[in-house]
Amino acid sequence: MNPTVARLTLRGLLGRRRGLLLLVVPVLLLLVSAFAAASSGNHHDLVVDILGKLGLGTLLPILGLVVGTGAIATEIDDGSIVYLLAKPLPRWKIITTKLTVAIGITWAFSAVPMLLSGLLMYGTKEGLALAYTAAALVAGAAYSALFLLLGVVTRHAVVAGLAYALVWESVIGNFVEGARKLSIQQWGMAVAESVAAEGSLTSVVSLGAAVVLLLVVAVAATVLASVKLAGLTLASEE
Amino acid sequence: MATITIDKVSRWFGNVVAVNDVSMSIGPGITGLLGPNGAGKSTLIHMMSGFLAPSTGTVTLDGAPIWRNQEVYRQIGLVPERESMYDYLTGWEFVLANAELHGLPHPGAAARKALALVEMEYAQERRTGTYSKGMKQRVKMASALVHDPAVLLLDEPFNGMDPRQRLQLMDLLRRFGADGRTVLFSSHILEEVEQLARHIEVVVAGRHAASGDFRKIRRLMTYRPHRYLVRSSDDRKLASALIADPSTAGIELDWQEKALRIQAVNFQGFTTLLPQVAQRAGIRLYTVAPADESLESVFSYLVSA
Ligand SMILES: Nc1ncnc2c1ncn2[C@@H]1O[C@H](COP(=O)(O)OP(=O)(O)OP(=O)(O)O)[C@@H](O)[C@H]1O
Ligand SMILES: [Mg+2]
Repeated sequence: MNPTVARLTLRGLLGRRRGLLLLVVPVLLLLVSAFAAASSGNHHDLVVDILGKLGLGTLLPILGLVVGTGAIATEIDDGSIVYLLAKPLPRWKIITTKLTVAIGITWAFSAVPMLLSGLLMYGTKEGLALAYTAAALVAGAAYSALFLLLGVVTRHAVVAGLAYALVWESVIGNFVEGARKLSIQQWGMAVAESVAAEGSLTSVVSLGAAVVLLLVVAVAATVLASVKLAGLTLASEE
Repeated sequence: MATITIDKVSRWFGNVVAVNDVSMSIGPGITGLLGPNGAGKSTLIHMMSGFLAPSTGTVTLDGAPIWRNQEVYRQIGLVPERESMYDYLTGWEFVLANAELHGLPHPGAAARKALALVEMEYAQERRTGTYSKGMKQRVKMASALVHDPAVLLLDEPFNGMDPRQRLQLMDLLRRFGADGRTVLFSSHILEEVEQLARHIEVVVAGRHAASGDFRKIRRLMTYRPHRYLVRSSDDRKLASALIADPSTAGIELDWQEKALRIQAVNFQGFTTLLPQVAQRAGIRLYTVAPADESLESVFSYLVSA
């Protein structure tokens, strides 16, 4: 951790309009759950829909994308990254610091509101609130690492990230069995299943496989991002 | 004492050759890197500052490779060409952050000193996003010299500055050079480089065209063949009178322009010769215009030399 890199990253992420944009996620989740809590439907199914499909399946990857790429891609695009790189700072330190900040923000804006939403709708029944929170924590960390890497390796990080999160995980993942197993969302679900009461949630990946895959993705993305940052090339202004 | 050595360096992007087999060594004092647009100045500076790998050859600082070697930044200060610099920070926060990133023992004191050097204390509480071009340039300077580097690299530092800011920055760089630091700046304006640089390196179209002190570069440019467009009361007669003189290298009659195109061997000789010849022959001169005095043509002459 480098405190200066952390401070700059935090201000870049939370300053200006992006900070407000990030607030959309918790506000939306809490509003929807407040309505759901007041409704008379099957609350178990409502929680699965709201926390599973909306929270874990849609809002979390989008938040991870905005935060993960915003933690570094913006600086690379406008060239201000030179002020971090023209320093005797190990590149992995820059990456791990930015990753820590990105994970912290992703957690604050997703896992925390998911826990509150779950408690609001369903209390502590079946351990659902806690289960989805745990899923958001692990998946949020993995998304942050993956999207931070995308921010370093491509100038089209947002498009590539959206393609992964929406097309691969949602569309293809819903039809192709293999694709579904290679999805951060499903690894998060495996964790949720193991936390929730026996039989209340299901997932397509075993807990062991999910934990290993989450670790591999997070570590590999971090290492690769550090290596790529060390060889970052400055383009002349066209 | 720090020296950057560029040894047989080429850099290409796809099939564009941006830098073509350049060797030079940049030592203490002020060096100007002079060349027209697209000459490869930025590409060279990116390689000297560790932000671009040479395709072939080596770029070293006192023998240590610069590419993928972040330790060199203890000695190098870089003022990049681009303007963006965390515009949500104030000038003070920006320079302080740079001092902290260098791991300096007293970052606050270093930032204060650097801002004082560039005379930006008066605006240090304002966000850098609100600065003018010249102010940004000076705060960038402060961030580059906050760790008291032995080498300062500046890409087009005078771009967009008004004359007063230009003089201020020149003054600052002169002090740096006088301290025995290695200062390299790029520019496409000869006069700018001449005013400041002890030593000039000229690059044109990726090639190292000339190297030397400003007198030598001036001489190369002054004694190159010059072209003139001349109109007179009797072009034919003037042509035959001039062709006999050794300072005229070539004459041709341009029917369309109704003028003579004259190539002179050297500038001074020809400008004294022409009026004398005309007077002796009783010819009146209407127009004497240099035909290609653009910097581009000066540069292209240097390359072919
Ligand atoms: N990233 C890149 N990709 C492709 N071509 C490039 C790249 N960077 C530079 N070039 C090309 O290399 C050549 C040299 O460019 P460079 O920016 O080094 O010139 P320069 O001397 O700094 O010019 P200027 O005065 O315009 O700043 C140009 O032809 C340019 O188009
Ligand atoms: Mg340039």
